[in-house]
Amino acid sequence: MRRFLDSAKPSQYGPRGFQVRVLPRSQAAGVDNMSDARENGDRSKQQSQEAALSARLQRLNEGLGQLRDQAGPPSDSSGADRAATASGYARGFRLSSELVAGVVVGAGLGWLIDRGLGSSPWGLIVFLLLGFAAGVLNVMRTAGVVAGTAFDDRARGNRDN
Amino acid sequence: MHVDPIHQFQIKSLIPLAEMGAHHLNFTNSALVMFIIVGAVSTLLLSATRPRAVVPGRFQSVAEISYEFVANTVRSSGGTEGMKFFPFVFTLFMFVLFANLIGLIPYSFTVTSQLIVTATLALLVFFIVVVYGFWRNGLHFLNLFVPKGVPKAILPAIVIIEVLSFLSRPVSHSVRLFANMLAGHITLQVFAGFIIMLASAGILGWFGAVLPFIMVVMLTALELLVAFLQAYVFAILTCIYLNDAIHPGH
Repeated sequence: MRRFLDSAKPSQYGPRGFQVRVLPRSQAAGVDNMSDARENGDRSKQQSQEAALSARLQRLNEGLGQLRDQAGPPSDSSGADRAATASGYARGFRLSSELVAGVVVGAGLGWLIDRGLGSSPWGLIVFLLLGFAAGVLNVMRTAGVVAGTAFDDRARGNRDN
Repeated sequence: MHVDPIHQFQIKSLIPLAEMGAHHLNFTNSALVMFIIVGAVSTLLLSATRPRAVVPGRFQSVAEISYEFVANTVRSSGGTEGMKFFPFVFTLFMFVLFANLIGLIPYSFTVTSQLIVTATLALLVFFIVVVYGFWRNGLHFLNLFVPKGVPKAILPAIVIIEVLSFLSRPVSHSVRLFANMLAGHITLQVFAGFIIMLASAGILGWFGAVLPFIMVVMLTALELLVAFLQAYVFAILTCIYLNDAIHPGH
């Protein structure tokens, strides 16, 4: 542990004079009855470093949270800047691809059913319409309009917890 | 002067490996870039985490931030149980992110602008969800397609729509990444082509070329953002889909 802390260059965290307090290893090993005091010193130093570390981590987390709110799949429309530029572009792209995917999969499945059962063109017609419905469902879920099984809602609910 | 904006997506054979009937197996530029991506990610993460310092250095910070970032994403959508998929999601995220970023380097190749690559990744996720969902929940996994509180009369139609919606996931999952990268790179190339065309038109064209040049600089910054954003979206959608395999039918 000591080696770790030493290798972490304590000079970053204080004036140069602070370094003197770290006992040379040979002296520390020779004086047994001072080990208590040394350990206390080590521990407080460790604690302060841990505090600094956790504070930094928290800051990072906050920064990441902000970043995630900007970059993440839009779960609400409250942020005015969210609609701006790249984020709005990404959202529009996401919604349109959901709709197209639903229609394409429906049409493809209908075509396959027609090929298998020879029921042309009814499979294509029915499944194209169902695929359109699935696409609209996808879009509404992505936009967070539909409650319940909406997967974005679920992700948002878990994030709030 | 003519600039072909599609030319950058051409697959070239570097080393012919084998021939199987009408099929040729080649080591292509796409495969080469994928090897470079895997090598770059591995080198960065392995060398960055080697010091194991309590107070991380620059590279270790990068590794730790990316770990925390993906871990938070996985936890926020899949809960602690989803963390068993963390290695998978992290690998996907880093691969897509590096593929997008390396693709931004001039004269390199964008792997994620090939539909077959993104479709393979999306289908991998899709089949993991299906297999793991059935393995863990048995037939309860099918509850995913039966929303609660729906009148019995329209339930069959709803179930079919839900199944279609489920099947459309790998399509939108792959097409989104592919189309974003494709569109972005074509736009960049078209505007870069304007610079060359204007600049070859004489001294007045030199001044005119400043405008598309500014545009290209701005677009490059936007593409950098899109590269990160799409890798993140790919990862979070993977998490959301995996979450359905863990907890189907809410």
